[in-house]
Amino acid sequence: MTPVHDMGGVAGYGPVEPEPDEPVFHAGWEKRVLALHVDLGATGVWSLDEFRLARERLAPHDYLDRSYYDTALAALERLATGHGLVGPDELAAGRSLRTGGPPPRPLSATAVADALRRGRPSARAAPRPARFSAGDTVRAIDTDPGPGRHTRLPGYVRGRAGVVTAVHGCHAFPDARAHGRGDDPQWLYSVRFRGRELWGPGADPTLSVSIDAFEPYLESAR
Amino acid sequence: MSGAADPELRVRALEQVLVEKGYVDPAALDAVVEIYERNVGPHNGARVVARAWCDPDYRRRLQTDSTAAIASLGYSGRGGEVIRAVENTPQVHNIVVCTLCSCYPWPVLGLPPVWYKSAPYRSRVVADPRGVLSDFGVELPDDTQIRVWDSTSEIRYLVVPLRPEGTDGWSEDALAGLVTRDSMIGAGLPTRPEGVGS
Repeated sequence: MTPVHDMGGVAGYGPVEPEPDEPVFHAGWEKRVLALHVDLGATGVWSLDEFRLARERLAPHDYLDRSYYDTALAALERLATGHGLVGPDELAAGRSLRTGGPPPRPLSATAVADALRRGRPSARAAPRPARFSAGDTVRAIDTDPGPGRHTRLPGYVRGRAGVVTAVHGCHAFPDARAHGRGDDPQWLYSVRFRGRELWGPGADPTLSVSIDAFEPYLESAR
Repeated sequence: MSGAADPELRVRALEQVLVEKGYVDPAALDAVVEIYERNVGPHNGARVVARAWCDPDYRRRLQTDSTAAIASLGYSGRGGEVIRAVENTPQVHNIVVCTLCSCYPWPVLGLPPVWYKSAPYRSRVVADPRGVLSDFGVELPDDTQIRVWDSTSEIRYLVVPLRPEGTDGWSEDALAGLVTRDSMIGAGLPTRPEGVGS
C-alpha cells in the first residue's frame, strides 16, 4: 500500500507549472506558518520526522487539495495538541483557556539567527561499523512499513538493486524518531539505481536515480 | 481543528494561544520571516556557484566537502545541515527532487517554490526527467546522462550548473548574476550571457 505522499513514479498528475517571478510567500498567513514551524522546531519540542509524519497522516484528499502551507499548519495543530501545548478547545476559541505547562522555553528574537545557523544536525556517533561501502551492490528491502508508519524509503525503489556510491556517516533514523523511539542512529548511504531497473526496459537509458538510504533499508545483492 | 477552516484564522489562533502560554515569542517569529524574506535565498547559492566557476581551489573543496566549502562563504544551518554539491558536466546533468515531502537546501536556495513541492514535479521527475525539463523549456542532448537526486534524508543537494560559454574573464559578481535558482535545482540552465541586459 503506497501512501499519498510517496509520489515518485505515480502517473497522472499532469505537467509541472513553474510560476514566473514567484514570491517567497503568497499570503501573510504563510509567513506565520513557516515561522511557527521553524521556531517550534528550534525549541526541540518535536523532531522534523514527527512533523513529517503528522503531515503524512492527513487524509489523501486533504494532502492533495490543500496548499503546502495549509497542510503544514494542520501538522502543527496536530503536534501542538498532541504534545499538550494547546488544547483543541483553545484553538477553537482562539485564546488560551488554561495556563501553560512547563517549557519549552520560547526562542527569543535575538537567538533566532544563531539557532538557524546551527540548524538541527541529524549526524550521530556510530554505534557499530558500516555494513556496506562504496561500490557494493545492494537491494532495497521490499517490506511495507505498514499504515501510519513513517519511512524515508520511497516505494519506487523497493525490491530494486542499485550501487552504493557514498557513505554519509551515521544519522538519526527517521523511522524510529518519527514515532518517539529515540534517535536509533543508522548508517546512511547514497545508492544509485539505473532508470531501467526502476521503470523497466522502456525507461530513458540515460537515467539514474539516487536516494539516501538508511542501512535497515538495504540488503546485500551479491 | 484541522478541517477546511480558513488557514489565516487557524494560524492566528494557534499563534495567539502559543504566545499567551509563553511558548512562542512573536518577535522571534518576525525575525524568522525577516531572515527568509531577505537574507536566505538563491542569491546565496549563486555566490557558491560563481566562486566554483572562478576559483579551482574552491571548486575542489566544494567537491570534497561541500558543507564546509559552503559554510566558508557564510551559508549553513537549518534545512542544510549537510549539503552536497553535484556538478554538471558536458556529459552529465543533475536534477534534485524530494519525492516524499519538500526537502531543499535552505541555506543556499531559501524556501522551495510551489512547483518543487507539487505532485506533478515530485511524481514525474524520477521517471521522466526529460519530460519535466521540457515543462521548463529545457532540452538536453539525447546522450546526456541524467542523474536525479531524491532528497530522502537530511542531506541536501545543490546543482553546480555548467558555466555558460562566452563568459571568459567575467567577474565573480557578474557570473553570479547568471546563476538562476532553477539551474541550481537542475530544472533550468544559467542565463546565457547574451540574455543579460547590460
